[in-house]
Amino acid sequence: MDKANQHIILKTQNLSIGYKSNKNDIVIASNIHIELHKGELIGLAGANGIGKSTLLRTLTNVQSGLNGKIFINNILLSDYTSGELAKTMSLVLTEPIASKNLSVFELVALGRHPYTNWVGNLSTEDIDIINQSLELTNIETLKHKKCFELSDGQLQKVLIARALAQDTDLIILDEPTTHLDMYHKAYILKLLQKLVKETHKTILFSSHEIDLAIQLCDKMIVMTEDDVVSDSPCNLISKGVFNTLFPEDLIVFDKHTGSFRVKK
Amino acid sequence: MLKTNTYTFSFIALITLLFICFFVNISLGSVSIPNQAILKSFIGTLDHESWQYIIQNYRLPKAITAILVGSGLGISGLLMQTLFRNPLAGPFVLGISSGASLGVALVILGSGIFGGVFATLLVLKWTVVIAASLGSFLVLLAVLLVSSKVRDTMAILIIGLMFGSITAAVVSVLSYFSSAEQLQQYIFWGFGSLGNLSWNEVFIFFIIYCLGLLLSIISIKGLNTLLLGENYAKSLGLNIKQSRFIIIIATSLLAGTITAFAGPIAFIGLAIPHITRQVFNTSNHKILLPAVFLFGAIIMLICDSIAQLPTSDYTLPINAITSLIGAPVVIWLLVRKRKMIF
Repeated sequence: MDKANQHIILKTQNLSIGYKSNKNDIVIASNIHIELHKGELIGLAGANGIGKSTLLRTLTNVQSGLNGKIFINNILLSDYTSGELAKTMSLVLTEPIASKNLSVFELVALGRHPYTNWVGNLSTEDIDIINQSLELTNIETLKHKKCFELSDGQLQKVLIARALAQDTDLIILDEPTTHLDMYHKAYILKLLQKLVKETHKTILFSSHEIDLAIQLCDKMIVMTEDDVVSDSPCNLISKGVFNTLFPEDLIVFDKHTGSFRVKK
Repeated sequence: MLKTNTYTFSFIALITLLFICFFVNISLGSVSIPNQAILKSFIGTLDHESWQYIIQNYRLPKAITAILVGSGLGISGLLMQTLFRNPLAGPFVLGISSGASLGVALVILGSGIFGGVFATLLVLKWTVVIAASLGSFLVLLAVLLVSSKVRDTMAILIIGLMFGSITAAVVSVLSYFSSAEQLQQYIFWGFGSLGNLSWNEVFIFFIIYCLGLLLSIISIKGLNTLLLGENYAKSLGLNIKQSRFIIIIATSLLAGTITAFAGPIAFIGLAIPHITRQVFNTSNHKILLPAVFLFGAIIMLICDSIAQLPTSDYTLPINAITSLIGAPVVIWLLVRKRKMIF
C-alpha cells in the first residue's frame, strides 16, 4: 500500500460505548480499537441490538462515549466545533427527511450548508460541486423532481449525493440498504464502493447485508457479544468471526461461499 | 434554489396586488370618499379637512396595522410550522395568545373580583395592551424555561398546548365570577380589532415588528436546514439550541405584539403559509418568507375591507372574517391540488 492509503481518518483508543445513568453506566461494548484509513470502504455488521447504532452515534458525536478516545484526522472528536465537524464528516441517517417537498437539487444543495454565507446563497463553486455529486450518483435526470416523487432506492441515492456535496473526508451511513429490494441493495453498496475508488473518501456503513459486505468492503467491523473485531473480510472469515455473529441454532456461516445458510 | 428568477413575475404580481388592496382598503369605509380625493390626500393637496382627518388619522393607521398584523402572523406561522415540522402549528402554539388572553381577562374580568385599583386602570386603553404583552411574555417565559429542560422539539409543542389549557381554565373560572358587562367587554377584545390605533401606537408596534422580522430573516438558513430534520441539521453544523431560541423569540415578538395591539386574530397564521406553499410550490424559506409577508398583508387588507361592510355604519369582528374568508380558500386549494405540500 502507498503512503496516502495509510493516512488514518478515524481512530478509536480503548473506546467503550453505552449510556450514562445516575447510578452505574450501562456499557454496551468496551475496549474498541478501530482504525479507518483514507479511501477505505468499511462495513459494520452485527446482530440486532448489539450496539451498531450506539457505536455510530458515538462516532458521530450524537452521544458521548463512556471511556476512551476518538480521533478524527488526529484531532480529538470532542475538540471539534460543530462547524468544523460538518466539514469533516457527513451522515446518511435512517430517519426520513422532514420535508419531502424539497426538490432533489435543493436537498443536495443543503449539503453545502457549512460553506455558504448567512443566508445560504450558492456560489458557482458550490453549484459545480452539487452537479458533480449528482453525476457521481447517477441522478442528474432526477435533478428537478420533488422528493415525494422518488422511490426508496432513488431517495437513498439523493441522500448519498447530499453527503457527497458536503465534501467531507468521512461519510457515515446508518443502514443505507433497509427498505430496498435485492437489486438496489447491491446497487447502493456497489455505488459506495465506486465512490470510494473515485473520490478516495472513507465510507463507513452499517448493514445487515453481510454477504454483500464481504464481497465489496475493504474492511469490516464485526460486533459480537464479547468483542468488536475489525479486519479485512478474508481474515475475518479465516478467523471464524462470522460464526460467532449469531446464535448457531438456525443459521450457520459457510466459509466457502461467504454467506449464511439455514440449517436443514 | 437556482430557480429564484422564475418567481420574479409572481412577486411583481403580488406587490402590485398589495398596492391595489392597500388603496381599496383606504377608499372604503362608512364615509364614502372619492378615489381622487384619496390620491390627493397622499400627496398632501387635499383641501377637504374632515376627509383628510379621516384618512390620515383613521384609515391609514388601520391599513398599516392590517399589513403588519397579516404579514407578522403569517411569518410567525411559517416559523412554527418549520420548527415543529408540523403543518398544524401556528403562531399561537407556544401559548402566546392564551397568555395574552389571561392577562386581559385578569384586567377586565378581575376588576370585578379584586375591585378598586383595577377598575380605575381600565380607563386607559394601554392597560389592555400592557396586560396582553405581560401575559403572553410570562406564559412564553414559562414555556421556554420548561423547554430548556427537554431536548425534544416536539415536547415544546405539547408544553405550549398544556400552558394554553391551564390559562384557558383560569379564564373560565374568572368569567364564571364576572358580570355580564365585563364578559361582554372581554369577548369584544377577543373579536380582534385593527382600528383604534393611534400613530404613536402604530409606531411602537412597527419597531417591535421590525425586530421580529429581522430575527426571522437571520433564521432563513437555519430554517432551510431544519427541513431535513434536526439530526441532519445538527450534522450540517447547525447550532440547534441557538436557532430554536432565535426562532421562538422572533415568533413571540411578532405574535405577541400583534395580539397585544389587535387582539387574538385567528386563522391567518395557520393558513397563510399553506396558501403560499400551494401557490409557490417550494420549501425554500428565501422564497417563502417574502411571499408569506405579501400574502399575509394582502389577505388581511381584504378581510379588513370586508369587515367594515362598506357604505354601512357597522363593522364586523375581524376575527370572524379571517376564518370565513381564509378557511374556504385553504379548502379550495387543497381540493384543487389534491395534496398537502409541506
